Amino acid sequence: MSNPATNVNSVNYLEYTGKYKGIFAWIFSTDHKRIGLMYLWGMALFFIVGISLGFVMKSEMLNPGKDLIDAQTYNAIFTLHGVIMIFLVIIPGIPAVFGNFFLPIQIGAKDVSFPRLNLLSWWLFLIGGILAVMSIFLPGGPIDAGWTFYVPYALRSSTNVSVALLAAFILGFSSILTGLNFITTVHRLRAPGMTFFRMPLFIWSLYSTAWIQVIATPVVGITIVLVIIERLFSIGIFDPALGGDPILFQHLFWIYSHPAVYIMILPAMGIVSEIIPTFARRTIFGYKAIAFSSLAIAFIGYFVWAHHMFTTGISDFSRMVFSFLTFIVAIPSGVKIFNWVATMYKGSIDARTPFLFVMMFIFLFSIGGLTGLVLGNLATDVHVHDTYFVVAHFHYVMFGGTIMILFAGLHYWFPKMFGRMYNERIANISVFIIFIGFNMLYFTMFILGYMGMPRRYWDYLPEYQPLHIISTIGSYILITGLLLMIYNLVKGYYSGKKAEQNPWGGVTLEWSVPSPPPLENFEVIPTVEHEPYHFETHEEVK
Amino acid sequence: MSEITTSTDILTEEVTHEHSHVHRDDFGAKIGMWLFLFTELLLFGGLFILYMAYRVQYSEAFHFAAKELNIGLGTLNTIVLLTSSLTMALSIAALQRHKKQLSLFLLGSTIFMALLFMVNKYFEWSAKFSHGIFPGSADLMDRDKGEIVFFGMYYAMTGLHGLHVIIGVILLSFMYVFVKRGSVNPDNYIKLENSGLYWHLVDLIWIFLFPLFYLLH
Repeated sequence: MSNPATNVNSVNYLEYTGKYKGIFAWIFSTDHKRIGLMYLWGMALFFIVGISLGFVMKSEMLNPGKDLIDAQTYNAIFTLHGVIMIFLVIIPGIPAVFGNFFLPIQIGAKDVSFPRLNLLSWWLFLIGGILAVMSIFLPGGPIDAGWTFYVPYALRSSTNVSVALLAAFILGFSSILTGLNFITTVHRLRAPGMTFFRMPLFIWSLYSTAWIQVIATPVVGITIVLVIIERLFSIGIFDPALGGDPILFQHLFWIYSHPAVYIMILPAMGIVSEIIPTFARRTIFGYKAIAFSSLAIAFIGYFVWAHHMFTTGISDFSRMVFSFLTFIVAIPSGVKIFNWVATMYKGSIDARTPFLFVMMFIFLFSIGGLTGLVLGNLATDVHVHDTYFVVAHFHYVMFGGTIMILFAGLHYWFPKMFGRMYNERIANISVFIIFIGFNMLYFTMFILGYMGMPRRYWDYLPEYQPLHIISTIGSYILITGLLLMIYNLVKGYYSGKKAEQNPWGGVTLEWSVPSPPPLENFEVIPTVEHEPYHFETHEEVK
Repeated sequence: MSEITTSTDILTEEVTHEHSHVHRDDFGAKIGMWLFLFTELLLFGGLFILYMAYRVQYSEAFHFAAKELNIGLGTLNTIVLLTSSLTMALSIAALQRHKKQLSLFLLGSTIFMALLFMVNKYFEWSAKFSHGIFPGSADLMDRDKGEIVFFGMYYAMTGLHGLHVIIGVILLSFMYVFVKRGSVNPDNYIKLENSGLYWHLVDLIWIFLFPLFYLLH
């Protein structure tokens, strides 16, 4: 009876050949590990496109007036940069890549609950991505409405708004299906003994995220559909000329898009909770507090959306309520930060590359989080609303938070996913370069925004130029660091030395299977007997 | 010799059985379906919130515009859809009791009533169109803004609901074929049950749409 199972598991998932060959063995594969990698390739591609757009924007901002591109092209580029980075990179981001790859392994399962649905999610992601990129080239021109698609401009713009919106709708559907799949998997496929409070914290964060995906995404889905219908048939729901109310669009948009911020950051926080115990060689401090703070963030995140709308003329009372609730979100986030730091206390810290990324994350995310309080405060928000201050804030939390942890996860799980190691020395150098470039690029934006530089402007007054120059140079340094990091990983993938089963001495289940994992992950489904970060029983790996 | 063959046969059977057992999780499939239905509720929830906001803003115009809808056709469609939900539930019950032919008949009736609903809808919409009431029409644009929004909401909500009915027809037609071929059978009917859940949702949405548009005036 064990024979057929051994045959399937005698090869790793990268080498396994099923009934399809070549590329079809990937794009028709329902293996959660292959799907995770396909998301990774797709996202890497879109990420590079997004960076290139950012590069063009920063180069344009080097001098006042026209350098490279005209104002309309600039509008199109910041819109595409936003659409690609948000909908195609950060939102699918960590759940789609590492969630798909490690959720089943960390809970001791062979795959997710609905493998075919999982493949469908990836196909929808691909189709959505292609549509988004196509909207650049189709007649009508690339969209210029900003990634938020605010009406009435999104109704009046003659560019391909409908195509881009359709892309966003399809991507939303993909996100919903992934969320639905993960919730069911966590409920149904945990290994014997893997109770909810024995799940790794990454799983807790994915579980919370999946609920946000399922609950919030349909609302933006219908909003997007209504804007498309409005553009095609002028039904008047959002068009003020026909009796509609554009503020209602903003409400519905942010009812999704604010929780979506937590779709982006929660899984990153989960990875941090994995990496810190591994490299501090201590169990996590406050396991339940971290687990529940994920749920708390997911829950409170629903009641803060109108803080994006403080200057739209909504009533003072609702502004005060939303401002107060916004401050409350800082509490569970703070709980996490303090627990991570407490975990490191008296640990024997081994500062390897993933850990360095996490340290960078804590630094950058703290700046991003604290400046978020400036924006959540009514009096200061009116001053800095729609300035570079906001741009700096969300790049600190989204890029400095989510994307840095995406890189951390990539460096942490790279040996497990590909069975090879990258050059750690070069990786550490790239961390350093990224850190310098990042802060030059975005910290100057806080100052610029405070001085009054509005966001999304193509031109600016001469007194802003010195800071713009620092920012642009910072962006070049950042891109250099990113390219070095990507080069190092690609090189590691092709010619790195073979990775051991457990290079970091981690104790969660993924480190108990070979690198790369076999097709069905486990020879025998493991029985779990203790909490996830139980280093006492693993002293020998030291 | 024959003994060995038998034991291998048993082994292979056990393996395939175990294999199919691993991939079959009816309870899990139901969790997935309920989550999906939850997202559908939220999808329509966005529309219901908009309806509520505009009803408050334009209560008078909504009051008058609602009088122009055809209560007779609306009521007929409500009856048709409610009955189709009944036949859907009965079809599952019949299959569970090994009455395949009855189950197919009831499933067929559900599909028939879904189509009947769409035919009614067609007549209703085209009557409105012939009166010049459709999005962007010159007649409608001359009216009060509240009425424009009312008919905008009417077309958006009943249109999206109609789309769900059409998807339901396609889904149930597949189920009809599956039951006929026997891949959906008294031992494995989770697909039919989940399709039934979807169909009840479509019915449920209509139960809210009907009073909001046809009866409230």
